[in-house]
Amino acid sequence: MNTNPPTAHTVKSFDEDLRQLRLLIGEMGGLAKDQVDRSVAAIVARDADAAQAVVQSDPRIDRIEAEVEQLAIATIARRAPLADDLREVIAALKISAVIERIGDYAKNNAKRVNSIAQDSPIRPMVIVPEMARIVSQMVDDALDAYARRDPELARDVWKRDNSVDEYYNSLFRALLTFMMENPHHITPSTHMLFIAKNLERIGDHATNIAEVVYYSATGEHLTDRQKADETVYTVSEDVEGEQER
Amino acid sequence: MNSPRVQTDWASPAMQARVRRRYAKERRFRFMGLGALALAGAFLFFLLGTIFANGYTGFLRTEVKLLVEYDPFTLGIDSSALAGPGGENALNTANFQGLMVAAANARAQNLGIAAKDLVSDGAWLALRDAVRADPGLIGKRVDVWVPTSGDFDLLGKGLIERNVPEANRPVSDVEVAAFDKLKADGAVRTTLNTTFLTMADSTSPELAGIWGAAKGSLLTLVVTLLLCFPIGVMTAIYLEEYAPKNRFTDIIEVSINNLAAVPSIIFGLLGLAVFLNFFGMPRSAPIVGGLTLALMTLPVIVIAGRIAIKSVPPSIRDAALGVGASQIQVVFHHVLPLALPGILTGTIIGMARALGETAPLLMIGMRAFVTDVPGGLTTPATVLPVQIFLWSDEVARGFVEKTSAAIIVLLVFLMLMNGLAIYLRNKFEKRW
Amino acid sequence: MMATMTANAEAVVSAPPKMTARDVKVFYGEKQALNGVSIDVHTDLVTAFIGPSGCGKSTFLRCLNRMNDTIDAARIEGRIELEGHDIYAPDMDVVQLRARVGMVFQKPNPFPKSIYENVSYGPRIHGLASTKADLDAIVEQSLVRASLWNEVKDRLQDSGTALSGGQQQRLCIARAIAVDPEVILMDEPCSALDPIATAKIEELIDDLRGRYAIVIVTHNMQQAARVSQRTAFFHLGTLVEYGDTAEIFTNPREQRTKDYITGRFG
Repeated sequence: MNTNPPTAHTVKSFDEDLRQLRLLIGEMGGLAKDQVDRSVAAIVARDADAAQAVVQSDPRIDRIEAEVEQLAIATIARRAPLADDLREVIAALKISAVIERIGDYAKNNAKRVNSIAQDSPIRPMVIVPEMARIVSQMVDDALDAYARRDPELARDVWKRDNSVDEYYNSLFRALLTFMMENPHHITPSTHMLFIAKNLERIGDHATNIAEVVYYSATGEHLTDRQKADETVYTVSEDVEGEQER
Repeated sequence: MNSPRVQTDWASPAMQARVRRRYAKERRFRFMGLGALALAGAFLFFLLGTIFANGYTGFLRTEVKLLVEYDPFTLGIDSSALAGPGGENALNTANFQGLMVAAANARAQNLGIAAKDLVSDGAWLALRDAVRADPGLIGKRVDVWVPTSGDFDLLGKGLIERNVPEANRPVSDVEVAAFDKLKADGAVRTTLNTTFLTMADSTSPELAGIWGAAKGSLLTLVVTLLLCFPIGVMTAIYLEEYAPKNRFTDIIEVSINNLAAVPSIIFGLLGLAVFLNFFGMPRSAPIVGGLTLALMTLPVIVIAGRIAIKSVPPSIRDAALGVGASQIQVVFHHVLPLALPGILTGTIIGMARALGETAPLLMIGMRAFVTDVPGGLTTPATVLPVQIFLWSDEVARGFVEKTSAAIIVLLVFLMLMNGLAIYLRNKFEKRW
Repeated sequence: MMATMTANAEAVVSAPPKMTARDVKVFYGEKQALNGVSIDVHTDLVTAFIGPSGCGKSTFLRCLNRMNDTIDAARIEGRIELEGHDIYAPDMDVVQLRARVGMVFQKPNPFPKSIYENVSYGPRIHGLASTKADLDAIVEQSLVRASLWNEVKDRLQDSGTALSGGQQQRLCIARAIAVDPEVILMDEPCSALDPIATAKIEELIDDLRGRYAIVIVTHNMQQAARVSQRTAFFHLGTLVEYGDTAEIFTNPREQRTKDYITGRFG
């Protein structure tokens, strides 16, 4: 297992390329985490303007993703990286795609602020900020693990996904009950359900990043985790129809 | 760190001057090389020019026209005796000398000189050859062209200064006047000297020939080549391909290199001691000369052979070994064919050196005065360089041109051998 | 991809290796060039040796068909077996060994003879063909197998040295397979070739795999990654790492291997 920081390449500009890739991923990750935080803040504050700002800053992440992709392909073509270099470049490529998805989920959540703001606040809503805090921390830590090439932190993030799933499960049940109480609650609850689902997906993606970081750093895969999202098996309602997985 | 370097100004005057100096230096060097080449060329031209100018007349001879009566009585034979199977014998016993003396005397008295000053001692041979060609001549009177005496030959070729006082030149005024008279009568001509090209040594320059020495050289070189080439090549192969690299082979290598540098006269002494005194081989024989020269040439061939074998790229050896060729297959299928041009070149250079060698042959008696063309390996013979040496020592004025002519023959020999070397090298040389 | 690779490799391991080397040490005089190398060579696998210059990979390769015998000062310890027979045993004939373990060299080195003679030389000296027709068939088959037949079939009498570099190297491969060896050793076979010629040789190596056990020494790591199933990394006369090629190039176990293949040496 090789986790100690690598020495410099004989070809210095190769190191420069790799550094550039890390910088871009770091920047992109910071943006995405910010988007998640701001979208949740907008939801909590029911602030449509703030939400609009989140939606508008999403293309920046997409631009950086394109940049990462270009640089990664150029690096593969020019440097023919092998072993941990190869794993790192591929990791950058995969992580950038994942971060882009995280950004998309944040954007999707922000878009729902408008509808939420038109209805009165609902009770189970209180779980969302807490869930978002954990998810945001996961994203943060996953990126940290990437920046530090720290497989242990990555494994830690990976383990945390279960608690996010548990939050989601409890929120899911709370919303089901809430909707059954009063059909008027269905619209805001559905939005809330999607927001929660998005947050859960962001958590999954943070986990993906952690997996990629772990493989990149150690060359070994994290063994398949126990999926804790039990809603797929919940048969009382047919809410999972349009969800992928 | 020291201060950053100033950008070099390639157009600065100092730099321009440096460039000009560099070009000037290069030009000077080229001119010097050209000069050396021109000097060498001039020397060569001078050498060849002198030799050719002196020597070409050696291939010519002056003849005088005499009226000869093939008198059967003087000859002691008649045409019928020549027709039979004993004809050649009869021809050899016939008194052509008497016939010649009679004819020459008649003409010489007429001119007021002695017959021996008019015609060569061997002039009668021309009469015999004429009769051999046409036995019908007997009993007839015909004009015959016969070789003149040595002095008249020189006169005919214009090699005698007529301005020097009579006492200081080989011919008297009377003889000069006689020659001029003959010339005015159209009784003197210059032709190709077949004697020189077909005969062996003689005391009279107009009868001396180079063929004896040339054939002696040829026989000697054949012996040398037959001995040297196989032994030398085998030695080279063994030393390069088989012999382990240790102290003993180092000593052998050094010894071979030293042998190649040993003065040739030493080999002559060796030949004298071993072949003549110990083995009792015949003196002056081409076989002994060949053996002695073989001793001398062997190290040269071994060295050339080793260099040629060494220069065969190891990749070829690897390739052959890699498909499972044995050592001997590697050598004979691959290394030797590729080394052959180099070995042949070295061999021929060694042979050329042997051809030009005089000193060792003097020691084993090849400086003997041999008047017969050698018939075999054990008959006495001389060789070209020794013949040149001998003739250059002769007092007779006529041998000067013979010496130069012999040198020309030797040079032609050498050029033929070198030409052969180049031809063989180009023929066998392969790219790899 | 990784999974199938590993499964494949494991399947082969069950078959006995064609050649095995155990604790091979080579000394040049006092200097030790190899310290205890152990490796298996399988018929179904291409084995690549990589490592910096002077790491002993070529030395080890040349031990496998005793080409080091030609170097007086070389001394070899350890045991190398070809199908269970010690190749350094006194009863092993080195000429036959080299016919069974053929070699292709760094620089294309065809004999300065015709293409036909180049290929037919091995079979001729080993008496593998009794008639001219047999020999012709061997030559054609070898050239076909070396993917050179179509390019040279009309000029078999031309000199082998007149071919292009890549063709010369394929001619050398044809020459090696003409004696029907069991193992082919290749010592940087593409180092003197352009990329197209290199690609052809690599394709050829892939074709030959399975019929011959192939060992290839290369400085080009991409090439090792492309053509081999097993890779051995040598450093300073030591076999540092030996394993599945995919594993070595994506996730080497040893720091020295990783530093070498990622270009961090020195």
